[in-house]
Amino acid sequence: MAADPRKKPQPARGANKSRSPWREQAESYFTHHRKVAEDSARRLWRNPVASLMTWTVMGVALALPVALLLLLTSLQGVSAGWESSARVTAYIELDVPLERAQVLSGDIAGDGRVAGVELVDRDQALEEFRASSGLEDALDYLEDNPLPHTLLITPEEGARSTEGVEGLVRFIEGMEGVERVQVDLGWLQRLNAMTDLLARAVWALAILLAAAVVLVIGNTVRLSIESRRDEILVAKLVGGTDSFVRRPFLYTGAWFGLGGGVVALILLQLSLWWLSGPIERLAGLYRSDFSLDGLQFDGALALIIVAMLLGWLGAWVAVKRHLDDMEPGDIAGGG
Amino acid sequence: MIEFRQVTKRYDSDHTALRQVNFGLERGELAFLTGHSGAGKSTLLKLIMVMERPTAGEVVVGGQVLNRLPRRQIPYIRRHIGVVFQNHQLLFDRTVFDNVAMPLEVMGASPRDTGRRVRAALDKVGLLQKEKMNPMQLSGGEQQRVGIARAVVNKPPVLLADEPTGNLDPALSADIMNLFGQFSQVGVTVLIATHDIALINEMGRRTLKLDHGRLVTGGASVIGGGVRGR
Repeated sequence: MAADPRKKPQPARGANKSRSPWREQAESYFTHHRKVAEDSARRLWRNPVASLMTWTVMGVALALPVALLLLLTSLQGVSAGWESSARVTAYIELDVPLERAQVLSGDIAGDGRVAGVELVDRDQALEEFRASSGLEDALDYLEDNPLPHTLLITPEEGARSTEGVEGLVRFIEGMEGVERVQVDLGWLQRLNAMTDLLARAVWALAILLAAAVVLVIGNTVRLSIESRRDEILVAKLVGGTDSFVRRPFLYTGAWFGLGGGVVALILLQLSLWWLSGPIERLAGLYRSDFSLDGLQFDGALALIIVAMLLGWLGAWVAVKRHLDDMEPGDIAGGG
Repeated sequence: MIEFRQVTKRYDSDHTALRQVNFGLERGELAFLTGHSGAGKSTLLKLIMVMERPTAGEVVVGGQVLNRLPRRQIPYIRRHIGVVFQNHQLLFDRTVFDNVAMPLEVMGASPRDTGRRVRAALDKVGLLQKEKMNPMQLSGGEQQRVGIARAVVNKPPVLLADEPTGNLDPALSADIMNLFGQFSQVGVTVLIATHDIALINEMGRRTLKLDHGRLVTGGASVIGGGVRGR
């Protein structure tokens, strides 16, 4: 049956004049896809309330993890910013003279992991402290300057990781005349640990919600399969392949995904707009340049594509379960 | 074109629908399939459509043994078999034209080709004027003719009909039988399952009679070469 016996009674036909049958085949294949896609979209449109409800469910389920991911990215941006400004402070022993401190400063500056060293001598430090602390009177009672010479060391960019900074600290601590090295990375590590934990939680939530989306779409498509049962049976009866019969439902799933993605984007923009005022005020209070950024164009596109894929997947699950075992046998009647 | 070799179909241990059925139909042959209700007529048609597989024996259509046909090949076989049902199985959510176009749509025919062939089929059954109507607006006889147009629109070499005149008055039935006769004249193998004895007698064609799953008259013929040739 590979050859086409239908053509026998009617051998020559003028249909394919200059076009190759291959091209004609491809053309009608794409025409069919377009037709099916349009038809699926029209069916959703014809039931606006039901479709909108599915879109909204999907939109909420998608917007939630995306919003959390955005928040997370912003937080990571903040901690990265602080990390880059990480400074190592080395306090020189009190009895070390300024000349020796300058030599130390030069040694440290010569290390490959160090971008710059600033020497703050003890007199200068006392002046600054006096000016900024408002404890002038108290300081006057002191006989000696209690402050040591201090080196403010900025690590080279490549050494700004936690390990790099720790190595640098050990190196400086080992130098003669250095009393104590201080680096305030503790809180940064805690913030990092927290964002890591949050990231995992967000991903777990995202996976759960994606599964929910797939199930919701699967169920919706199942209902649509039920309502088009006759059509499916007839299509199978006249020789529709499984993929032919599946196609409209897969498109339906993808359209649900598209709508859901758009609703998610709208929800995200709305909540960002609603939150932007308070966030600015909060960041202002912390003197931080923290800002919650919305999705860029590529992010929005990725969200829509992922949503469509999830919808398609949901439809595929439903189709696999309910469509493939539908057989036209029962419409032929018994006897 | 159609050949049954020792075909047995058993649904479960105590219900055997067909027992060792042997027959062959040539290209262009028109035959009736008759028998009491439950004699196995529908089962026989279903075996040709590959809706069922035989328990034993071989069903051959167009030179292809259907028993060993993999599942995903089934649609391609069905494209070469037109079927007409008593309850016509038309879809009421689309026009007459779209109903008839379905077999072409599944095959991926181009829209131009589809238009031409659907109109040719509708013209054949005399319903060209009603292509834009919904099948619901048509009379029973007209609906049946739409079903026939759909069955023959892709010019299948085999046409099966299950009680095609069941709900129709004698004049309409004669019309429809006349159509089937015309198809067989252009080389289509037509097999019509029916109860309508009067009609069968009037046509004077070969009749396969089933009785409790056994073929009692009209069996055999076409053994060997003739079946394969197309």
